[in-house]
Amino acid sequence: MSNLSIFDIIGPVMVGPSSSHTAGAVRIGNLARKIIGEEFNQVKIYLHGSFKETYQGHGTDKAIIGGLLGLKTDNPIIKEAFTLAKARGLKYEFLPIDLDNAHPNTIKLEIENIKGKVISIIASSIGGGSVVINEIDGIKVGVTAELPTLLTIHQDKPGIIAKISKVLEDYKLNIAYMKVLREYKGSLATAVIEVDEEIEGEIIDKIKEITEVEEIKLIGPIN
Amino acid sequence: MYNFNRLSELIELAKKEQLSIVDIIIGREQELTNKSRGEIRAKMAKALTVMRESVEIGLSEDIKSTSGLSGGDAKLLIEAQKKGATVTGTLLSSAIAKAIAVAEVNAAMGRIVAVPTAGSCGILPGALLAVAEAKDLDDEAIIDGLFVASGIGLIIAKQATVSGAEGGCQAECGSAAAMAAGAIVYMLEGKEEQVLDAVAIALKNVLGLVCDPVAGLVEVPCIKRNAGGATNSLMAAELALAGIKSHIPADEVIIAMKKIGQALAPQLKETSLGGLAVTPTGCKLKDEILSK
Repeated sequence: MSNLSIFDIIGPVMVGPSSSHTAGAVRIGNLARKIIGEEFNQVKIYLHGSFKETYQGHGTDKAIIGGLLGLKTDNPIIKEAFTLAKARGLKYEFLPIDLDNAHPNTIKLEIENIKGKVISIIASSIGGGSVVINEIDGIKVGVTAELPTLLTIHQDKPGIIAKISKVLEDYKLNIAYMKVLREYKGSLATAVIEVDEEIEGEIIDKIKEITEVEEIKLIGPIN
Repeated sequence: MYNFNRLSELIELAKKEQLSIVDIIIGREQELTNKSRGEIRAKMAKALTVMRESVEIGLSEDIKSTSGLSGGDAKLLIEAQKKGATVTGTLLSSAIAKAIAVAEVNAAMGRIVAVPTAGSCGILPGALLAVAEAKDLDDEAIIDGLFVASGIGLIIAKQATVSGAEGGCQAECGSAAAMAAGAIVYMLEGKEEQVLDAVAIALKNVLGLVCDPVAGLVEVPCIKRNAGGATNSLMAAELALAGIKSHIPADEVIIAMKKIGQALAPQLKETSLGGLAVTPTGCKLKDEILSK
């Protein structure tokens, strides 16, 4: 709270009607787009809790599609998101769901990329337009993406995290938060790395050069 | 260090540094973001531009919300005003129309500035722009007013809450009215103490106000409560500028608001399980909207 900006009070500039049900939904769409990181043309959107009950009146449906198409929270075109989706060939479906112990404003996305791979993302809109990505393909990442955030998929071997940290150190980036997750020992692991400074493309390229790193994506900061 | 947690600290700091409260508020933001004074003022000017646009759209275009529940009321007010059919006179009538215009644009998925929230987005533009027009104030004066409002809102967010889900409507429309009241006193060159009195009076008037939106939508009663909030802010500013003091200091009113918010039943905090949302008509409207 002590680092709240006055523009959190006079702002954000956003398309209405609700910061949690509209602006937050746009941001979840924006983040999902970055997590997928490539073209996709099919998405199933499962709505839980308050989202399920009030999504049409709050324009949550248009907001999430607008966000997936890359529109920002203040873009009035969000209102026309369905038309834009049609023009861009994005097929979508809205379905109800009951998720256990989930925040009332939670969305599960099943996004199929053009190679036919389905990626599942669960995210919540936690108030004032702030969001959290709870899960990616069943891995509990807990990403807020308020800071510059890197997401990796790498081989679960000793020394890989050290190699990634070395690149960040070389570019004088301070790690604010890091979490390493894996599903099975010795297979693939995911790291969520938040840093204080801006991350440039060159840094991403350097991390990509590490052979054990299979994927790296820059997903924050969201605006 | 320009940080402050209470309104009394804000004005003490201004006196000690021999600066205006606007300078202190901007100074804090500079320390927080490393941005220049010019950049910060430009960002506030951008917010003012968006506010003006949303007022203009709401007063001139045919607005209809996605649910069909709201839209068109701001235009009715302007038409009545043009015919001279106003009860309250030009300034208040204009503030109410502008506040409703912005709230209607919000409900119809138009672009607004959330001040401090989307649900209460009409109060500051309505009240501040109406005062600026009536008193012939320039944009720099309105921008100063917005900085004052931001400082007040920041303190309320730190000490209490500006979220309806946490504190009820008193935390959203109440905070917006308190922010606008303080801003208006500043814009009309009142003393720092009068800014605080205006904040206290506006917030005291709506203590206990619940958040009970029909069908969970930011429309009924939210849009009309924006008109109420704008009116409340003008009334509080008028009292404070006349030299009327609040017996209970603003900082204590803010804490009272927080405690009342905690004491409010969950049914009355944005869940649509109480108040107007569960009246026979509220339930009927919900059924109609959901069956669409």
